[in-house]
Amino acid sequence: MNIYDLTIHELKEKIAEGKLTPAEIKKAYTARINEVDDKVKSYITVTDELSDKKLAEYESKKDGLLAGIPIAVKDNMSTDGIKTSCGSKMLENYKPPFNATVVEKLSEAGAVIMGKTNMDEFAMGSSTENSAFFDTHNPWNLNHAPGGSSGGSAAAVAAGECAAALGSDTGGSIRQPASYCGVVGLKPTYGMVSRYGLVAFASSLDQIGPITKDVEDSAVMMNVIAGHDPKDSTSIEGKKEDYTEYLKEDVSGMKIGIPEEYFNLDFDQEVKDSVMAAIDMLKEAGAEVETVHMTDASYALAAYYVIAPAEASSNLARYDGVRYGLRSEQAADVSEMFTNTRHEGFGDEVKRRIMIGTYALSSGYYDAYYLKAQKVRTLIKNDFDRIFNDFDLIITPTAPTTAMELDSKKDPLEMYHSDIFTVPINIAGVPAMSVPCGFDSSEMPIGLQLIGPHFGEGKIIQAAYTLEKLLNIKDQRAEL
Amino acid sequence: MIDKKDVEYVADLAQLKLDEEEKEKYTEQIGEILEYVDKLSELDTDDVVPTAYTVPMKNVLREDEVKESLPREKSLANAPDKKDGQFKAPKIMSD
Repeated sequence: MNIYDLTIHELKEKIAEGKLTPAEIKKAYTARINEVDDKVKSYITVTDELSDKKLAEYESKKDGLLAGIPIAVKDNMSTDGIKTSCGSKMLENYKPPFNATVVEKLSEAGAVIMGKTNMDEFAMGSSTENSAFFDTHNPWNLNHAPGGSSGGSAAAVAAGECAAALGSDTGGSIRQPASYCGVVGLKPTYGMVSRYGLVAFASSLDQIGPITKDVEDSAVMMNVIAGHDPKDSTSIEGKKEDYTEYLKEDVSGMKIGIPEEYFNLDFDQEVKDSVMAAIDMLKEAGAEVETVHMTDASYALAAYYVIAPAEASSNLARYDGVRYGLRSEQAADVSEMFTNTRHEGFGDEVKRRIMIGTYALSSGYYDAYYLKAQKVRTLIKNDFDRIFNDFDLIITPTAPTTAMELDSKKDPLEMYHSDIFTVPINIAGVPAMSVPCGFDSSEMPIGLQLIGPHFGEGKIIQAAYTLEKLLNIKDQRAEL
Repeated sequence: MIDKKDVEYVADLAQLKLDEEEKEKYTEQIGEILEYVDKLSELDTDDVVPTAYTVPMKNVLREDEVKESLPREKSLANAPDKKDGQFKAPKIMSD
């Protein structure tokens, strides 16, 4: 295996055994980026200076959980003095004056930050085609999209351009691209990871999480990034867990619910077959699998397309051309400067969502849309709580299809439907992971979604680790 | 359900400038999305309390102590225009 194919825990082992040095690892990943990024286009910025600096700090960070490990960061997480564009023209030249808490935590753990990855503008999208700069290509087939919005992070991991990456997930933006790119993506419980320094999209739904080559790496990354942060008042105070402890037990005796209403939706038969086959394997390994009944996922999707745009319209009001970001040169007065700046700086999907959100919050419509959606949110959360009274986990597909072709020109509503299985999880605030479970007839990866109760990351990791061993496909890599 | 006038009104509220083509397109697309969202009315929510955050939240208080903050120069570093240590904007009153 090539150095760039290795996982975090494999690289750590090699370092510990003296078989590889962090300098050799960094060199291998840099060479890999130079070799394939022209084709894959995962990175908006390759941070050579920063990664050299982090490598130079290795001796003092030697005991860190990610000492000497090359990590990529989605371009909506603030990096001090390094461009953080959010995939938008609005922030094309923005260099934050501080680090996001997750970036600080990566640094403290000794990670070598390789670069900032491409994304749908302000994380709004499911294919990374909404990036204001360029498309990212799926490493498994360059004519296909990597998914989104963390498409750059998922593609970078799948292409061996980093050992692991951070993504953010508001309605599936970690799990769906992880599924499309054949890697592991975890959206933690809301509040598990600090959002300080994450450029806000929908604050009550946004959550940062890891995209990794395998389940063990996901546990390692969670050990680094999870935890309370005084700078994020929505981050949760609680005792710190060691997620690698959950790699010891298997699934015997675990109760898994299969929601009939999700499996009855109209989606790709190959995806369904692959997910069902994986569920059968878990059953044979000793899990108790039962059909459960839940509210139709389309209600969660409808609630999401009120709540997320509403919060976005409020969060994105800050882009006014005054303190940072783009300012239109064409303006006679301040009001024209605002509208021209926002006209020039925002792309199509961002404007569309600001419009929907503003409408849903406007006088006369607030009760019918926003308040109604927040009430439906209660129903959906209660629905998950009810299932988790009796079950450890719920399993669904991650996405209704495998990766779509680039430029497949779907209308917005069609595009939104690619998130049907992932959106309810953010609405309920629970954690969920996408794990590769097979390939379709065109050799594109299929992902399975494991959903746990609030703070149930450990159980998810436990079952995912068992499944990964049973499937034995985790060492398959995209050929580039 | 939503017409071009609504779209113009909402764009104005959101400080967005739309050209004619965008207005037409958004009227149609936002109309379709709102039509989909209307399925929420099928659910009975009469006695349901709305949820803003899915995990328990409490008010966070702290001592009013002076802590490290960004130096002025760094805060202004990304400003499109600045003068005398302050952000500079185009004139607010018209002639």
